[in-house]
Amino acid sequence: MNQIISKMIRFIPLILFVILAIVLYRGLFLNPRELPSVLVGKTVPEFSLPTLMDEHKMVTKADLKGDIVLLNVWATWCEYCKYEHPYLLDLSKSGRFVLYGLDYKDNRDTAKSWLEHSQSPYKFTIFDEQGKLGLDLGVYGAPESFLIDKKGIIRKRFAGPIDANVWKREFEPLLEKIEAEQGKS
Amino acid sequence: MNRFITLILASLLLWTGCVLASPVETFVFKNNVNKIRFQSLTRELRCPKCQNQDLADSNSPIAADLRAKVYEMLQAGKSDTEIMNYMVARYGDFVLYRPRVTQLTYILWFAPIGFLVFGFIVVLVILRRRSVSRAALEINEQQQTKLSNILKQ
Repeated sequence: MNQIISKMIRFIPLILFVILAIVLYRGLFLNPRELPSVLVGKTVPEFSLPTLMDEHKMVTKADLKGDIVLLNVWATWCEYCKYEHPYLLDLSKSGRFVLYGLDYKDNRDTAKSWLEHSQSPYKFTIFDEQGKLGLDLGVYGAPESFLIDKKGIIRKRFAGPIDANVWKREFEPLLEKIEAEQGKS
Repeated sequence: MNRFITLILASLLLWTGCVLASPVETFVFKNNVNKIRFQSLTRELRCPKCQNQDLADSNSPIAADLRAKVYEMLQAGKSDTEIMNYMVARYGDFVLYRPRVTQLTYILWFAPIGFLVFGFIVVLVILRRRSVSRAALEINEQQQTKLSNILKQ
């Protein structure tokens, strides 16, 4: 009995090493930028903000409800937003969801002229000069995109520019799932 | 020459000032307690963008926003827990440098204690074994007389 135990003790360092190696190996492939959003599964936070095009028109959470929504956080100071812009234009034509913009901490005039110049993919753009809604959404940069279902529940948050690959990998399966649950837009 | 050296030293001094500069905002606090709480809160909260800096240390715009938010909440009389909860509700447990005890973090918090207990057990086992083998070396009275007889011869 004693011998068996002493033999086992001899192997403990090896076992510990293997466990540690597995854990650390897994860690090598984690993306530290991919923060799990606490907002997934929660409703869109309350807000009341003007639109970019008309500073007197206020929009609220209720204006986003009823459709499957892709809320895209962008700004003119953000280079990656310009990169994803053509693809967003394509996406907005699919008719499978409504695309709204959230202009985050930006200058109204610059943003306006940029959108007019390069065509707007958005049904409307919420103008968040102070970054208040951005803060409530846990936004820490641009671009970021939120997929929201018909009940107004945030189903996904994605930080970074969207292109065809990202869309196929990150959004398409979930969009199909929402469509199956709640019907198409 | 002396003047020249003084000039160089003076400019070097200026330069070190630039290097040490960290984000500076002029927050005016109601009282000293709030100031100290602000300093400790911004060291406890992590910047979500620049991941290995705390809020106090980071120059990124989001960190500046969050510092302003912490300040605003402090001035409004919110408690430290309320401020922490506010940040966690938006940015997740990630923003806390000291993670909370949840099911996910049990290993993180309790594994060190586990390792300590484990090490203690190992040491005990080794010590006990050593004393057992030493006991085996000791001789009883009969053996002792036998030994002395042999030695006398």
